[in-house]
Amino acid sequence: MKKLKLNKDYLITYGMVIGFYILMSILKGTGNLSSLFSGLLVPICVYTILAVSLNLTVGILGELSLGHAGFMCVGAFSSAFFSMCMKDIITNSFVRFFIALIISALVAALFGIIIGIPVLRLRGDYLAIVTLAFGEIIKNIVNILYVGKDSDGLHISIKDSISLGLKEDGKVIINGAQGITGTPHDSNFTVGIVLLLITLFVVLNFMNSRSGRAVMAIRDNRIAAESIGINISKYKLMAFSISAALAGVAGALYAHNLSTLNALPKNFGYNMSIMILVYVVLGGIGNIRGSILAAAILTVLPELLRGFADYRMLIYSVVLIALMLFNASPKGMEIKEKISPSRLLAAKKQTKEVQ
Amino acid sequence: MAMLDVTNLGISFGGLRAVDAFEVHIEKGELYGLIGPNGAGKTTVFNMLTGVYKPTDGVIKLDDKNITGMKTTQINQAGIARTFQNIRLFSQLTVLDNVKAGLHNGYEYSTVAGIFRLPSYRKMEKAMDEKALELLEVFDLDKEASLLAGNLPYGKQRKLEIARALATNPKLLLLDEPAAGMNPNETKELMDTIQLIREKFDMTILLIEHDMKLVSGICERLTVLNFGQVLAQGKTSDVLNDPEVIKAYLGE
Repeated sequence: MKKLKLNKDYLITYGMVIGFYILMSILKGTGNLSSLFSGLLVPICVYTILAVSLNLTVGILGELSLGHAGFMCVGAFSSAFFSMCMKDIITNSFVRFFIALIISALVAALFGIIIGIPVLRLRGDYLAIVTLAFGEIIKNIVNILYVGKDSDGLHISIKDSISLGLKEDGKVIINGAQGITGTPHDSNFTVGIVLLLITLFVVLNFMNSRSGRAVMAIRDNRIAAESIGINISKYKLMAFSISAALAGVAGALYAHNLSTLNALPKNFGYNMSIMILVYVVLGGIGNIRGSILAAAILTVLPELLRGFADYRMLIYSVVLIALMLFNASPKGMEIKEKISPSRLLAAKKQTKEVQ
Repeated sequence: MAMLDVTNLGISFGGLRAVDAFEVHIEKGELYGLIGPNGAGKTTVFNMLTGVYKPTDGVIKLDDKNITGMKTTQINQAGIARTFQNIRLFSQLTVLDNVKAGLHNGYEYSTVAGIFRLPSYRKMEKAMDEKALELLEVFDLDKEASLLAGNLPYGKQRKLEIARALATNPKLLLLDEPAAGMNPNETKELMDTIQLIREKFDMTILLIEHDMKLVSGICERLTVLNFGQVLAQGKTSDVLNDPEVIKAYLGE
């Protein structure tokens, strides 16, 4: 009985994403979508994937991460770098992008593990502090990194592009603060939606497996989890690195949607990390569907408010506060309950809200 | 040879000697009580037995295997499960999932199998569901299986904690004040439950308790701790009539 309801809840989440895809495709096909909005479709996918993956760390694992944009940055640059190197060798854009995605996930996961091993052993908010620093460090390192390629192989410098000492046939791939220019435009809305569905599949199935249960047990009561023989460090690290890997995938999607990729405070900095956290908090910590909705709405909102010119950010913040109040108020919960697509789940949800 | 052999166990926190020269030998299938006034060091003994604290000196042997200084996780796998004085459930998980978390090491499949729903996932999850429901039935909790553990009434939370501990398939069960905060009716019910687990699972139980009715009702032997030292040890009726013990509890 319980299993059935659970699956239904997930189907609604998947259905919502697919429905959004179909709707947007129709609008685009019939020419009813403004160019501004169609330009937002891939970013919506990027930010929803980021929000879902951060929810794995914040909601399921119960640890605060303030450097999620850092993992995105790592994924973006590693995949873009790969695509640039292989541009002429692997001409099939689908195969190239697929490999680039895997590389971005692996590199981001590797950074997740490197950070997680020392930090996740500690109790308290250390992860927040370390990830905060990590995000800033990665952004700044990328900004001074020069990598070039010629017939001799790769050249790396942290001074400038001239000190790379490239031959005639050489080409600068990562050009310091100017970043990577000319990344193949491999990502599109369809790819983004597929990646979002994969992210959902991984996160939701993980939550409902033996490992996910162990992670949530650790979140709820660490001492009790230890007492029933759950390996705390192992499962914390597992959840955190999966979360990082998915953020890396979002980064790859982001990088292959732009012709110029550079690490600015705006896209990979502290503000971005906080923004992703806002999606998670606004959508409800531990609530995957909420994260998707919040990320999509808050990505579109600033663009919709362009008409207000100077007052745009002012109105944006007011809307943010209003949404948050609505989310937390008993009346708001009642309304959400009524318009919820899964009336069947009402009983289960109520018990959750009483908590 | 006893199932649990504890010899000369002691721990110091800085200059404070919390427990000193603690000894206990529990036979298989025994129901053993550990009593003493507040602050006597009973829970500290539990914490040393389960690896939360590392003993300063002494040896703990379970089935002749030295488990002194092992980690909590390893000690649980060696066969000691416990409940807590202040209930520690996974309150955001369902009652069923709490027990399934306890089955974590008994039923293994890989994370990859879990994410991709491979056959091993289906097989193991099914077996876990069955086993967990079977355990919940013993405690009369099967009807609440899909509720969140945090929403259960107090008495049932206590029971669920015991069910979760039993799910790890232990040899020895440690109960830390199982009757704390219960009314006489609930305590009576708990006594029956404890007797039941002992018979049904052939369990060896060591419990800390303040409720003398419960202690005299079900424990076969007792150890009395006072200021970290063993004050008396032996058959329940003998120990409870010991003038030293009465003095420690009631004053002169």
